[in-house]
Order: sequence, then C-alpha cells, then structure tokens
Amino acid sequence: MESEFTDKNPVVHKLREWDAQAVAEVIDFRGETTVVVPGEHLLRAAEYLASEPSLRFSFLSDITTVDRFPLEPRFEVNYHLLSLDRRERLRLKVRLSGSDPMVHSVIPVWPTANWHERENFDLFGIRFEGHPDLRRILMPDDWEGYPLRKDYPVEGYR
Amino acid sequence: MTTTIETAAGTAQTMVLNMGPQHPSTHGVLRVILELDGEIVVKAQPVIGYLHTGIEKSCEAKTYSQAITLTDRIDYLAPLSNNLCYCLAVEKLLGLEVPKRAQYIRVLLTELTRIGSHLVWLGTHAIDLGAMSVFLYTFREREEIMKIFEFVSGQRMMTSYFRIGGLALEPPPGWLDHVSRVIDALPGHVDEYEDLLTTNRIWLGRTQGIGILSAADAIAMGASGPMLRGSGVAYDVRKAFPYSSYDEFDFEVQTQTAGDCFARYQVRVAEIRESIKIVRQAMNKIPAEGPIRTVAPGIVPPSREEMKTSIEGLIYHFKIFTEGFAPPPGEVYQVIESPRGELGFFVASDGSAKPYRVKVRAPSFINLQSLSKLAEGRLIADVVACIGTTDIVLGEVDR
Repeated sequence: MESEFTDKNPVVHKLREWDAQAVAEVIDFRGETTVVVPGEHLLRAAEYLASEPSLRFSFLSDITTVDRFPLEPRFEVNYHLLSLDRRERLRLKVRLSGSDPMVHSVIPVWPTANWHERENFDLFGIRFEGHPDLRRILMPDDWEGYPLRKDYPVEGYR
Repeated sequence: MTTTIETAAGTAQTMVLNMGPQHPSTHGVLRVILELDGEIVVKAQPVIGYLHTGIEKSCEAKTYSQAITLTDRIDYLAPLSNNLCYCLAVEKLLGLEVPKRAQYIRVLLTELTRIGSHLVWLGTHAIDLGAMSVFLYTFREREEIMKIFEFVSGQRMMTSYFRIGGLALEPPPGWLDHVSRVIDALPGHVDEYEDLLTTNRIWLGRTQGIGILSAADAIAMGASGPMLRGSGVAYDVRKAFPYSSYDEFDFEVQTQTAGDCFARYQVRVAEIRESIKIVRQAMNKIPAEGPIRTVAPGIVPPSREEMKTSIEGLIYHFKIFTEGFAPPPGEVYQVIESPRGELGFFVASDGSAKPYRVKVRAPSFINLQSLSKLAEGRLIADVVACIGTTDIVLGEVDR
C-alpha cells in the first residue's frame, strides 16, 4: 500500500508515517498542499503537527468553511496552518455532513481558534465540540439562520 | 443586541461598565465589556459585529472583477493592501504572472498605504493618550499621501486601482516627481513626531510596561504584524513569503522584545522609515515604459486602442465586462503583509464566473482577540492605550 502514494510534500509524508488513517486525501493546487483529514482524527493530527519538532506548525492563520450545498458531505472546514520558523504553510480540510456539522474544537492546540470557530459557528452553523464559549460573534445573538450558507439568499427576505 | 456577561469571582465588589460601541477611543464601533474592581480591569470582553456588512457574502454574488470594489471597503485605511491581496489570490487561481513594472508600482503604492495607515494610527493613538498636536501633524502628511492616490487612481480612498492581471490605468506623467516630493519630506516629519513622543515622559508613562504580550502568547493568539514583531517574533510576510517582487527590495524586519505598547509604537515608527526606503527603491526600479497589464485574452481587458481597432479586442472587452471570466475550480490562500499584519484571502472557485467563496483573514479581527490579555489587571485608562496599539480597523474586524 505504501508505494501507492508518492508524497511530494515531506510534511504529508511525515503525517502519513505517523498515522495513515489521518490522511484521507491529498490535493495539490497552485503550489498549495491540502490534506483532507477525517473529522475524528482532526484534533490528534493538529496536536501532532503543532508539537512534532521537525514540523512546528505553531501558528494557526485561519479557519474557514466552504458550503458545497447541495452536495454531501456538505461542509468543508479549512484550517490554514503556518510554521513560523520553517516558513511553510499547510491546509487541513475536514468534510462534514449537512445534517449534523460538528467537529472537535482545536482551541487546546491553538488558542486563537476561539474567535475563528465562533465565526464559523455564526455564519455557517458548524458546531465545535469542546468550545468554551460558542456564541455568535458577528451577527446579533437573536439572529436566525446562518448567512454564509448557500441556501441563504444574498438579498431580500428569508 | 443582548449579551450575557459572565462575571468573575467576588462579584459583590465588581462593576460592569460598557465601553463603546460609541466611544471616541475605540476607533469605530467596538464595544468592550469591562468588569471593574475600582479602577482595575478584572475582565475585558470585546463585543464586535456592529459594522458587519456581509462583504464575504456579497462577493459571492459578484464577478471576480466586480468584487475588487468590495475589498476596498474592508480595511478602509489600507484599501490598496486589500486590493493587492485579492488580486494576487485570483491571479494565483488563474496562474497569471503580472509584468514587473506593474509589480513595482504595486509595491510602491502599498508601501505608501502602509505609511498612510501608520500615520493615522500614530495620530489617533496619540490623541487617545492626550497628545493632541501629533494628530495634526500626521494628518497633514497623510493628506499628501492621499493626494498621490488621487493623482494616480482618481480616488483618495476607495481606489480599486489594482486589477486582476495588473493595474487599472497607466499612472499620469510626472507622478513619480510627486511621490519623491512627499517621500523626501517625510523622514524629517517622522523625526518631528519622535521628538514629541519617544522621550516624552508622559508618553513613556502611558505606554511603557503597559499591555504586555509575550512572544509565546502572541503566537498562540495568532497575532501578526506589529503586534507580533513588538513581542520579538521577526515574522513579516514580505520576507517569509515574498510576493509582488518584494524579494528584490532591501529592507529590515523591525522587531522589539518588550511586547508592550511602547514596543509596538517603536515598531510602527521604524516601519514608516523602512517603507520610505522601499518606496525610494521602487521609484528607481519602475521602468519609464512598459506594460502595466499582463496579456491574457478573455481575462484581462485589452487596451483601449486594441478594443477600438480589432474585432477580437472588442469581443473580449464585451465578454469580460458582461460575463466575466471563469478560473479553473480550486482553492487558493494568498497572504500579504498589510499595515495591520498578515492579511489573507481564501478564494474558492467552482469554475463559474463568480467566486464560490471569498474569505478574508482579517488581521485586526485576530489581533483584537488578544485585547483581554493586554488589558486585564490594568487601569481603565490603559485599556485605551491597549486598543490603540492593537491598531484595529472595525471595518476589517466585522467585514
């Protein structure tokens, strides 16, 4: 099985060596590497990438979601990681179903994820398990619906 | 908006005070819920969203070119930085290379944007702390920079001057003389501000040792730009991931190790001086003649001349402005160093003429998250200094 994969990116190679289960798919586009991680392995993979001395992805740049409505799995949550001293970036992608979009929070690894996850909860309705303060952040607290979902209109009434 | 406030232990003695959303030193509509024990801040909780305009959602309903105008309005103190980052992201998606002349002009103008933005920051931060005169000086110089933008693009603020594949217009003749007049006067003016502030005892008292953010905390909280460099981490996107030919320019990444408000002040003032250096180098590098747009039929509009004289030019012009163009499906994440830090644009394409998703990694939004760490345990008056040196633009925080 091993020889089937030819990982150009040494980070992906390391990740696969650590746990082959954590890498579901690797996408290379315009020089950017995306690793699709199964939702249940996300927190473990994040801990590994941040703490492994030869990788040191200590900086979480961004978390953002893409809604692939009406496809399933509907949501793709993207984590943009940065290794400050190695000057390298990596994107982790988690695919979530439309009926129950839930993934474990990465706050234990990167505290900055707090507001990012609140934003994704607010605008897409993704729930982050273990988040200490999962409230709306940009929209009013009593707002109904998740504005950045594709089935939410750009203008007019809902 | 109703917000539940969690209070810390010993609630009998603490008082909750709303600072903002209408407060002059919150630089817009930031609300901070302060829990106070006397004049000591026990807990500071920023509440945002008052300026949310749904820019990311609006981008999905526009063509790639139309969305440029929205990016101006995200960080209204640095519209050109936003233009640049968005254009670079879409160019990456398309695999376009921009002519060198356009790249240098982009560098020159974004560095002027950085100077202009830091001048606004310095003036408003000083006025927050009671130094009125600095504000008058910095706005005088900023006005000269705005005049350059108006001269080049026709707009002072919402320039939309960078377009996908290059620039909107050929800069007018004589514009570099205008730039050099402004740039030659600037170092003396920066000395002037430093005379007023750097050794001023009141200024030192209000900023030194206040709002300390350690390097480890800054990285953990995702802080970037002068916030991160003020804490001693020499990370600058222009050096780490050079874009738009920044690798050809000679400049230093400015850092300070104290991590307090004064360190961030020093970093920003030093950055103004570095930006002046970069602008000077760019002025020498920009060729007098040459294309300002890449040749990519169907994506980059043809020149006026070509549109009027060739049938292909006319057809492409018509198609670009009616239908737009469709990049291949895929996702890119482009970062640049905006005046506030690491500005990122995540653009996802589904192969249609409109972006499927545009996400802005707004440095102000993430830097603001550290405010609780900076302000807790300090006096109310220090909260103002902490908000000031975080250098937030609420348009960017709320998008």
